[in-house]
Amino acid sequence: MSFQLIERQILTAGKKHDVPEQDPVISTPNVDVYYADKQALDNITLDIPANAVMSLIGPSGCGKTTFLRCLNRMNDLIDICRVEGDIKIDGQDIYAPEVNTVSLRAHVGIVFQRPNPFPKSIFENVAYGLRIHGLTSSKSELADRVEESLRRAGLWEEVNDRLDEPGTGLSGGQQQRLCIARTIAVEPKIILMDEPCSALDPIATARIEELIDEMRANFTIIIVTHSMQQAARVSQHTAFFHMGKLVEHGQTKQIFTSPQDERTESYITGRIG
Amino acid sequence: MDSSHIVSSFDRDLNHIQSLLLEMGGLVETQIADATLALIRRDTELAAKVRKQEKRVNALELEINGLTVSMLALRHPMAEDLRRVVATLKVSASLERMGDYAKNMAKRTSVLAKVKPVGSSTNTIKLMSKMVQEMIREVLDAFVARDIETAEEVRLRDTEVDEMHNTLFRELLTHMMEDARKITPCMHLLFIAKNLERAGDHTANIAEQVHYLVVGENFEESRPKNDETSTMFIKHRKKKKS
Repeated sequence: MSFQLIERQILTAGKKHDVPEQDPVISTPNVDVYYADKQALDNITLDIPANAVMSLIGPSGCGKTTFLRCLNRMNDLIDICRVEGDIKIDGQDIYAPEVNTVSLRAHVGIVFQRPNPFPKSIFENVAYGLRIHGLTSSKSELADRVEESLRRAGLWEEVNDRLDEPGTGLSGGQQQRLCIARTIAVEPKIILMDEPCSALDPIATARIEELIDEMRANFTIIIVTHSMQQAARVSQHTAFFHMGKLVEHGQTKQIFTSPQDERTESYITGRIG
Repeated sequence: MDSSHIVSSFDRDLNHIQSLLLEMGGLVETQIADATLALIRRDTELAAKVRKQEKRVNALELEINGLTVSMLALRHPMAEDLRRVVATLKVSASLERMGDYAKNMAKRTSVLAKVKPVGSSTNTIKLMSKMVQEMIREVLDAFVARDIETAEEVRLRDTEVDEMHNTLFRELLTHMMEDARKITPCMHLLFIAKNLERAGDHTANIAEQVHYLVVGENFEESRPKNDETSTMFIKHRKKKKS
């Protein structure tokens, strides 16, 4: 599928401040999501700028992960889940019938909370996506792409002498970086991260955060995190969700120093759970 | 923000820092009042007490600094909590400066106690001092109550302190021109007045911190300044020979 930038009006709703005016890579005009009869997301309109990190924060059950999973149609896997409204990537509706979810997910990669390497070697973990999408034409090109991806994920120096060992034998932080290498190997445009550091120690977390900061030059990153400090450290934009609604979004600096909405203030200062 | 934190010790820490800040404010207010009273009564003992009190003010500032740094490191305050911690640091620095001014006033009192009062200067200093004390009390109440209207009112009232300083400056210069023997006491009185004028400026700084705390943005409008002493020129009138 092709993703063409198209000229259009930027639509926004809710409280918004100081987001630089540029064409968003993702826009979600008026999205509602239901699990059977229960509404999980209510009229979410959010524009996500390119080559930046956006944090989605909010209490458990606020809909931030549901929203994240809409962005590469992971919610398709849940039978009772219904998405209404448009989710556009580079102006194209990703819920249009002609969209192939396999190539969509190569374009919009995801990294989960718990590192989930395939039960294969380190090399094969990264090579897998390249193979199934037919992105390389020779063995040496494949090896080059695997090395490049591992380097970009900051893992090459630690694993280059044991590429044929199982990925599951690495430490938690290394496994998570392996999953990131696997994601970026297929050259996505967007990377979704669902609490990528919640199972990691502070050193491994710092490595992932450093990686996120480096990666934003080439990717648009959307991260769901329960750590407000992490959101503050890694993202340029933050969106606060509460009870299925997008309460407020804007520059991270502003959200964490002077939020406009009382619910945001209460949440980030630790007054509501 | 009225509701309390889920972690109640967070509230206890914030309240503790605030009570130290208020104690500091109360001490500084008393210091200025006592320094003025010592000057009026030519009471060198009271002046010595004011000078000693400054140590307690400095110690409080250090304690507040330590607690706010711990708060930043351990609790990662956000939004209004963050602004409160940052504003507290700035307010305590302003109060510490005001404590220094009061100490300086008291120091000069020991010299002034040895000479005759100069004109009505003590009266003007008394009025200035009273005004500054009220401003300190009101601006700190506004800080606690997050009351930007009162803070703004205090901020604007600083021009009246400047006005009195101008008047006193003019009066003391005239005295010095007329009688060179008055230069020493007049110079000391000028510095005392300047100390009070600066203390007034610091209450206006605190008022701006109240604005930052409540609104979340720095106060950008420049303050109306009425201090004309830096450009004041008084012509010497030669006495006619009889």
